[in-house]
Amino acid sequence: MKKITSVLSLVILALFFAYNYAQAQVVDSDMIGKEAPAFSLKNIDGKMVSLDNFKSSKGAIVIFTCNHCPYSKMYEDRIVALDGKFKGQGYPVVAINPNDPATYAEDSFENMKKRAKKKGFTFPYIVDETQTIAKAYGATRTPHVYLLENSNGKFIVRYVGAIDDNPQDEKAVTTKFLEDAIAKLGAGQAPDPSHVKAVGCGIKWKATAAN
Amino acid sequence: MLLLCSCPLLHAQKPEIIKMSQVAAWDLADNDTLYVLNFWATWCKPCVAEMPFFDQVQREMKDQKVKVIFISMDFRNEYDKRLVPFVNRKNFDSKIVLLDEPKYNDWIDKVSTEWSGAIPATLIVQHSKAIRSFHEGEFTYETLKTKIESLLNQ
Repeated sequence: MKKITSVLSLVILALFFAYNYAQAQVVDSDMIGKEAPAFSLKNIDGKMVSLDNFKSSKGAIVIFTCNHCPYSKMYEDRIVALDGKFKGQGYPVVAINPNDPATYAEDSFENMKKRAKKKGFTFPYIVDETQTIAKAYGATRTPHVYLLENSNGKFIVRYVGAIDDNPQDEKAVTTKFLEDAIAKLGAGQAPDPSHVKAVGCGIKWKATAAN
Repeated sequence: MLLLCSCPLLHAQKPEIIKMSQVAAWDLADNDTLYVLNFWATWCKPCVAEMPFFDQVQREMKDQKVKVIFISMDFRNEYDKRLVPFVNRKNFDSKIVLLDEPKYNDWIDKVSTEWSGAIPATLIVQHSKAIRSFHEGEFTYETLKTKIESLLNQ
């Protein structure tokens, strides 16, 4: 009887922790230094894309973004330029759209295809339909960038946040946070700062999702 | 005389374009006004949805030294195209300004270190009474009115 009680209390304890774990929200800056959550999401070409696709890269630039958000639009050309500059250096861009298209139809999978074609995206533009990947990364806004470093096959988050310091006017940018972070990694150093608040649109969560 | 008619176009409101120093002036004002500073943009659906609640509270509490100020984070180059038409269409009683500070990371922590950078966000402040309350996310009419009343009774 005593044994059953102790087993039962262990089960209850486990359930309690599982419940708390499920409730705990990931904060983006807490990801720094940790392994990036794995994903396998559908690209606009219909193929699945995962971090395994970048095993031979030095890292990856994961950007949560979308179609409708004015901030995302401001950065589209800059994101294409980032991929052009850094894919060859071992840091390809992967764009993830986490938005519920019920909020803005502009963010639908069909419209992702159109937008990518129009803007000439050179990188995967994948959809996080269940929004679990955005939550696992602690992403809250678009655009919201995560710089990953491939460390012996594990992708470690090294920088989180904004791409640069001026969404509205690329010409007036004075600090390129993401590019500076990549340069630091290249020099074998830790990015500093490793986190800069990403100002942008809030991710449009599904109504049923707790947030 | 016909030229003096009150044509809407002649009365088109042009929101003032401000810098962060003006926000700081409201934040640190040494007077008896409770400032309700709401950060929003024309393209932000939840922001636009909550604006009538703020304006209603402003009308109801105008004798109580409560001042609602809608601080737009619209892009400067869309001032004429988006902000001015919006302001004139809505015709709110509350003051509307455009905050021309494109380098967000230089100033969002000054509004609140709790601010993630998403809008809507609201700072309710009366420096002379050491009232300073920040809220990220939407308000309803009830939650806003309750919040302001509780701060006024502090």
